[in-house]
Amino acid sequence: MTREQTRKIENIFALTLSALAALIGLFWLVFILGDVIVQGIKALNLSLFINDPAPAGVEGGGLRNAFVGQLIITLCATLIGVPVGVLAGTFLAEYARGRKIARVISVLADIMVSVPSIVIGTFIYAILVKPVGHFSGWAGAIALAIIMIPVVLRTTENMLSLVPWTLREAAFALGAPYYKVIIQVVYRGAATGILTGILLSIARVAGETAPLLFTSFNNSFFSLDMKQPISSLTVTIFQYAMGPYDNWHAQAWAASLMITLFILFLTLLGRFIIKWRYKG
Amino acid sequence: MRMDVEIEVRGLNFYYTGNVHVLKGINLSAYKNVVTALIGPSGCGKTTLLRCFNRMHDLYPKNRYEGEIVFQGKNILSKDVDVINLRSRIGMVFQKPTPFPMTIFDNVAYGLKLKGINKRTELSERVENALKNSAIWDEVKDKLNVSAYELSGGQQQRLVIARALAVEPEVLLFDEPTSALDPISTSKIEELLAQLKSKITIIIVTHNMQQAARVSDWTGFVMLGKLIEFDKTDKMFTAPSEKLTEEYITGRFG
Amino acid sequence: MPRTAKRNPVDTIFASVTAIASFSVIIFIIGILYVLISESSLAIGKFGVIKFLTSTDWDPVKESFGALTNIYGTLITTFLSLIVAIPVAVGIAVFVTEISPKFLKGPIGIAIELLAAIPSIIYGMWGLFTLSPIMSSYVEPFMKKVTAGIPLINILFRGTPMGIDILTASVILSIMIIPFTASISRDSFNLTPAVVKESAYALGATKWEVVKNVVIPYSKLGVFGGIVLSLGRALGETMAVAFVLGNNHRITTSLLDAAATITVTLANEFTEADRDIYLSSLFYLALVLFVMSFITLAIAKIFLLKAERKYSR
Repeated sequence: MTREQTRKIENIFALTLSALAALIGLFWLVFILGDVIVQGIKALNLSLFINDPAPAGVEGGGLRNAFVGQLIITLCATLIGVPVGVLAGTFLAEYARGRKIARVISVLADIMVSVPSIVIGTFIYAILVKPVGHFSGWAGAIALAIIMIPVVLRTTENMLSLVPWTLREAAFALGAPYYKVIIQVVYRGAATGILTGILLSIARVAGETAPLLFTSFNNSFFSLDMKQPISSLTVTIFQYAMGPYDNWHAQAWAASLMITLFILFLTLLGRFIIKWRYKG
Repeated sequence: MRMDVEIEVRGLNFYYTGNVHVLKGINLSAYKNVVTALIGPSGCGKTTLLRCFNRMHDLYPKNRYEGEIVFQGKNILSKDVDVINLRSRIGMVFQKPTPFPMTIFDNVAYGLKLKGINKRTELSERVENALKNSAIWDEVKDKLNVSAYELSGGQQQRLVIARALAVEPEVLLFDEPTSALDPISTSKIEELLAQLKSKITIIIVTHNMQQAARVSDWTGFVMLGKLIEFDKTDKMFTAPSEKLTEEYITGRFG
Repeated sequence: MPRTAKRNPVDTIFASVTAIASFSVIIFIIGILYVLISESSLAIGKFGVIKFLTSTDWDPVKESFGALTNIYGTLITTFLSLIVAIPVAVGIAVFVTEISPKFLKGPIGIAIELLAAIPSIIYGMWGLFTLSPIMSSYVEPFMKKVTAGIPLINILFRGTPMGIDILTASVILSIMIIPFTASISRDSFNLTPAVVKESAYALGATKWEVVKNVVIPYSKLGVFGGIVLSLGRALGETMAVAFVLGNNHRITTSLLDAAATITVTLANEFTEADRDIYLSSLFYLALVLFVMSFITLAIAKIFLLKAERKYSR
């Protein structure tokens, strides 16, 4: 066999392997999502959304409290995390642009992003649960907010930096003060990117379990009180899946399906917005 | 004086991604051991034409050739041509210097290793020859194991020429090789072209008319995908036959 | 910052607000370090540093705690998952950047993102209910059979295949890391200038030769940085592993044994810790994990910064 033939065979072999890798990746996606959909749909029923949990071991009941609790916690986390993240990113990209402090905080934000979420949970436990004496929804929301802030900060910082300086100069030339330039011109220019960053950060925390385990804990009753432990879908899934009852397992699947759908929806929405915006 | 034709282009049409008709009915002959220049306004097809000679367009989807390019008796545009082999006989130097992330020695030896030449002595000899033919041997002979990125822009371009020369191609294609270089490096490379043509056939695309006048023996003027005129360089620049050629050369349009 | 003729008071307020928001990052980092250290001080005082890190004790009754079993579990599962994930992820990146026809690039990109977006608890659920039975019924017995006669290797597959063990946990972890590593590798590969690749093709190289000799060496700093980042992710992963690892505090050579990682121990025992020293030891574990992920991030950053510097030349 000539050398050139060997090279060609090697080429085809290597490229086939990499196509195989892509197939493996796709396989897992289809397998996992498919399972979640199939098992989740089996357990989906109206009672899941309308009723609160039945006592342990008793058939029936639903996860109304968990759905509501998850929504409230995520909403509160977003209300805290997004403004802080956006404002912080604005500081780095605008007022502190080029200065050393911007670099330092950027790096610290990256560190914050990589802290394991369960460690954040222990941190919040120490400062917000132990001193108070009990778990609370607020502790959970703040734990999630801490996860969101650096993500939103970095996206905002990057998106704002992409807006050309000349745009700001034009606004200054018209006599606008800096804060107006930022809010009325720069934010507008980077809006799509920032929005996508926000959507993706919500998608990220909506599925978090570990930081809630010892902050908001769980609550088998319906409650809107954020000062007390509050139920969440993710922690409930954990408890139910590890529990002994079949109907608990079924409900855990249904809850998994709902969470996955929500997160995938947010992720696709974010990508879609970017595509739509930059097509025209 | 009878001259051998190295590459003959017959009725070449080229379409980008399916249907954009970019080259229209090109006919020309590139003669052996001669420098043929392709000039013309930007974006009018000269680089596209150059990249047909080594089937570079094959790398991107949906490009289509029509017509023939005959090299050593075979139409290199036909589907059964071994493109990998073709590219080791018709080499190319690009606009920006493109050293690989390797040492100077390994860069020049790359094409040889692809061909299976692994013996240290043979590699060293051919690398040295290539670097000498590329007029850069004296500058790098003591640092062959240094990263190619350590060289200056002009040196990197001569290194890349050595890399292309190492596999001993019959034709070397140059795509605006000096447009990213300073005047001194540019003149070094132009000198190099004059020396190289005795060994190989050269086709060079340039947007710099003075360069074309300096280095080439034959020139083709390409505009809007058509070959407007193809003639000996002296004649083209002093007494062009076509009005468009004259207008371009006298700077009536860019 | 530009100077306007009169310093607008709203400007000052807005600037201060944004500054305060960004300082929250500094406060958090300092805060978490401080809190972790102070909460673990009881355990640090009792066990010291070396003893804690090298002790395999984990006895709530005798109040003796050591981190080694947890560190071992964390490192083993991470290491095993990377061995599988890296080749697959790099393969996917090669496919997407060099081989795939244009119409496939988008969909596969989306598929990678979706895989990455699935929360770890879903991986955990799927692992517990779907993968684990498959592992215990088919894969693990098969591995046992195949390696039965091979000395040294068969130690890895000793014990009853229950499906709740290091092997299953590592498989799940590897599936989780693949999309993350793949997209970082893809981004690194895309930074190779087209003209450098073309130069290699112009010398008569095949596609694979271009990838092997030009693209991968060109992007190796970025890819390596991405791998180290993935390592950091895997270290801190809790829920995907919690369902299928069991919670067995011991160092074991068999992949079919249950084990413990720092994250899973925290998840399972934090709310059960009834004594101060127990809780303090758990905080100590959290501190160890924090330091481990900080070090991996620092290493990753060094590679990524080097890569950035190289490309902006």
